[in-house]
Amino acid sequence: MKKIEAIIKPFKLEEVRKALDEIDVNGITITEVKGSGRQKGIKEVYRGAEYHIPFIQKIKMEIVVNDDMVDKVISVVQDKAQTGNIGDGKIFVSNIEEVIRIRTGERGLTAI
Amino acid sequence: MDPTITQIDKGDTAWMLVSTALVMLMTPGLALFYGGMVRSKNILGTIMQSFVSLAVVTIVWVLWGYTLAFGPDIGSLIGGLDYLGLNGVGMTPGPYGTTVPHYVFMAFQLMFAIITPALITGAFAERFKFSTYLFFLVIWVTVVYCPLAHWVWGGGWIGAKLGALDFAGGLVVHISSGAAALAAALMVGKRKDYGQKPMPPHNLVLTLLGAALLWFGWFGFNAGSALASDGLASSAFVVTHIATAAALLGWLFAEWMYKKKPTALGAASGAVAGLVAITPAAGFVGPMASIAIGAVAGILCYMAVNLKSILRYDDSLDVVGVHGVGGTWGAIATGIFAATASLSAQFISVIVAWVFAFTLTVIILKILDMTMGLRVTEEGENIGLDLCEHGERGYTS
Amino acid sequence: MNDLVDQINQADTVWILISSALVLLMTPGLALFYGGMVRRKNVLGTIMHSFIAMGVATVVWVLYGYSLAFGPDIGHVIGNLTWAGLAGVGLEPNPTYSATVPHQAFMLFQMMFAIITPALITGAFAERFKFKTYILFLVLWLTFVYAPIVHWVWGENGWLRNMGVLDFAGGLVVHISSGAAALAAALMVGKRKDYSTVPMPPHNLVLTILGTGLLWFGWFGFNGGSSLAANATAVNAIVVTHISSAFAAISWMIVEWIHRKKPTVLGAATGAVAGLASITPAAGFVGPTAAIIVGLVAGMICYVAVNFKTIFGYDDTLDVVGVHGVGSTWGMIATGLFAVEASLDAQFTGVIVTWIFAFVATLVIMKVLDLTLGLRVSEEGENIGLDLCEHGERGYTI
Repeated sequence: MKKIEAIIKPFKLEEVRKALDEIDVNGITITEVKGSGRQKGIKEVYRGAEYHIPFIQKIKMEIVVNDDMVDKVISVVQDKAQTGNIGDGKIFVSNIEEVIRIRTGERGLTAI
Repeated sequence: MDPTITQIDKGDTAWMLVSTALVMLMTPGLALFYGGMVRSKNILGTIMQSFVSLAVVTIVWVLWGYTLAFGPDIGSLIGGLDYLGLNGVGMTPGPYGTTVPHYVFMAFQLMFAIITPALITGAFAERFKFSTYLFFLVIWVTVVYCPLAHWVWGGGWIGAKLGALDFAGGLVVHISSGAAALAAALMVGKRKDYGQKPMPPHNLVLTLLGAALLWFGWFGFNAGSALASDGLASSAFVVTHIATAAALLGWLFAEWMYKKKPTALGAASGAVAGLVAITPAAGFVGPMASIAIGAVAGILCYMAVNLKSILRYDDSLDVVGVHGVGGTWGAIATGIFAATASLSAQFISVIVAWVFAFTLTVIILKILDMTMGLRVTEEGENIGLDLCEHGERGYTS
Repeated sequence: MNDLVDQINQADTVWILISSALVLLMTPGLALFYGGMVRRKNVLGTIMHSFIAMGVATVVWVLYGYSLAFGPDIGHVIGNLTWAGLAGVGLEPNPTYSATVPHQAFMLFQMMFAIITPALITGAFAERFKFKTYILFLVLWLTFVYAPIVHWVWGENGWLRNMGVLDFAGGLVVHISSGAAALAAALMVGKRKDYSTVPMPPHNLVLTILGTGLLWFGWFGFNGGSSLAANATAVNAIVVTHISSAFAAISWMIVEWIHRKKPTVLGAATGAVAGLASITPAAGFVGPTAAIIVGLVAGMICYVAVNFKTIFGYDDTLDVVGVHGVGSTWGMIATGLFAVEASLDAQFTGVIVTWIFAFVATLVIMKVLDLTLGLRVSEEGENIGLDLCEHGERGYTI
């Protein structure tokens, strides 16, 4: 099992979710996060005082799937979250050791 | 029946009661206006500084404040103690506002005394100690506000002898709080990490709501200062609204040209600048003059606020730039546009109000600094006034 | 002192001044009402649409708007420029409009109406309109749509007024004109990006409720003040205004409850506004029983109208057409039905003329603006939201 973490632009969330739904991936956790990368923040002006805001709002999606789904999910997220502009985000993939469904106590793949 | 009671005009009394309520609403309006501009950890602390003024100043005013400001004149300098504890202030008309009960005039003026020190708090937002602030309120109202109100409106030397015009509080409310704010910003010092870390407003929706309530309440502030529901009140109301609109646009366009974006905070700030600037002139000028007064106020205050970063004091919410500078422009504009005004009298009164309020505030804060201390601890500033001073949080979502 | 000044009645003056303050407060109320219904990234941009109207409309009104609307008549269609810059609009009453309050007070009260009317339209193009274009839109719309309609309905010798059309506080002038303009605007500006594919729920309904409260509060000045005196008509207007609003809130809620199984807070708030818009033209002419019917029907038909939007497929984002246009059309007809002195024919004529004129004139204005400045922000701007792209600020930084 793998966990796919994707940092994406907030307004892309719905498109990505729908596309994932179409390939039967429904288990998604999202968090509103802030981060900095090559986009290097934005300028905001309040009453003449200019602020450089280094951290930009993003959405972090966390999806846990079976190994054979990983490439599919990655390509869907990359496809749908891409605008071609700077700040489109990143995808991280890592190993998951165990999954337990709290209600039934099921473990592993069936618990996802 | 007492003949003086028969002089009471119901229309005037209704207007003054409503105006009093409108001015009262300005202080919560100010609380939201300021509260939205600070960081979220200081929202309650900032609102409390306005809110508690409603209580503290009311008590001071009833006990000795009103009589110091509006009691029978002693040497053109201060009011006598005849109205101590509102003794003799009752349902018959007093020496001011001869067609409304003396009570109503007293209550109307009370609302001015409440909002004036609350305005100052923008200068030391996010770092002032609450216990010290309570003492500051009592002392400042007593030794700065009451004498100034007496000089200008209570039969003292600025109004009665010098003949300077201040319709609704350009000197008494705005220059006094602006000058005090400058003193306070210098005495209290900068916020920790000011200029190094960004401190953007945490909730501009609150600020816009506050600005709207201020605008609404200001109609009572200026038009109520006619003390009757007559043509003068209508005229003051009209020019107040027009100047505010012009200042909103003035600030916005200045900002648009200079920083490339017209901001909502700029619109709100410009509106307040216009309200401040028209305050001393409201009863004396016409609609076209009020467009000029407002437009200049918007541009001028925008420039003044930008100057802050060059002068390097931390007047956190721009009391000096908006109220001090706007009030000064308004007092001078009154000299320019009002037929009955003397420009030299306006200048003298402006300088006197600035020097008096600035000096006295420096002294008050020096004494408080040596006795109670002005600022919360560094640790307190880190966690925010809400938790460190009040043990609460503004938002718990 | 001349005779006219002697006629100033202090109680009437108080009431008009208070009413003016109340109507002014409706515009920030509207800002919150709308601001709560958009997505978080557009809250300031949406509030600014209303806020800036307080600046722009005031200046237009003072410079020439008031004169066009209420100045001495030219051919029953427009006022002339005698009162431009408020020349001659002084403290003595103008008996044509209000004999017992200073002329400036009447001008002021009307100014507050000129502020809120274009602000109402902004709900139709929320979350996508370009700020620069909007400022020009405000000026053009007030000049070419609002001022003429006001003159026809309320100005001395205006042709609808002469025909006997009854519009107590602005059913035609404020609500149908903004509703018709909103329909034109929604069609011209086009849908929001991703409309109907991505859900766009309101981001902060507490703001919307607070806004509704301020609108309801301010509307007492809007309708009650339109009697232009502190008299029995004012009392009647406030009573029926309140009744209609309450009944419309309840009827919307009940219809929604039956139709969608839950009574929503947003529904109750929208129903209240529908009731207020509907009773506006009738407030000075009908009694409490009629107000109950006006309100009950308003809540139902506006609910239906708002739900029809999805069928027609235009994106009137915050339902200006369904609430103000439809609500006040009903109110105008109801005035014809319930007011003794009204003619149903005249009411229909007024409604049709105002719908067509405001719709067509707004289309033309929008077309011109589209060809010159452009109506919408860029697609990228719409993605990041009006707050950052148009104003360089964010509403919340918690």
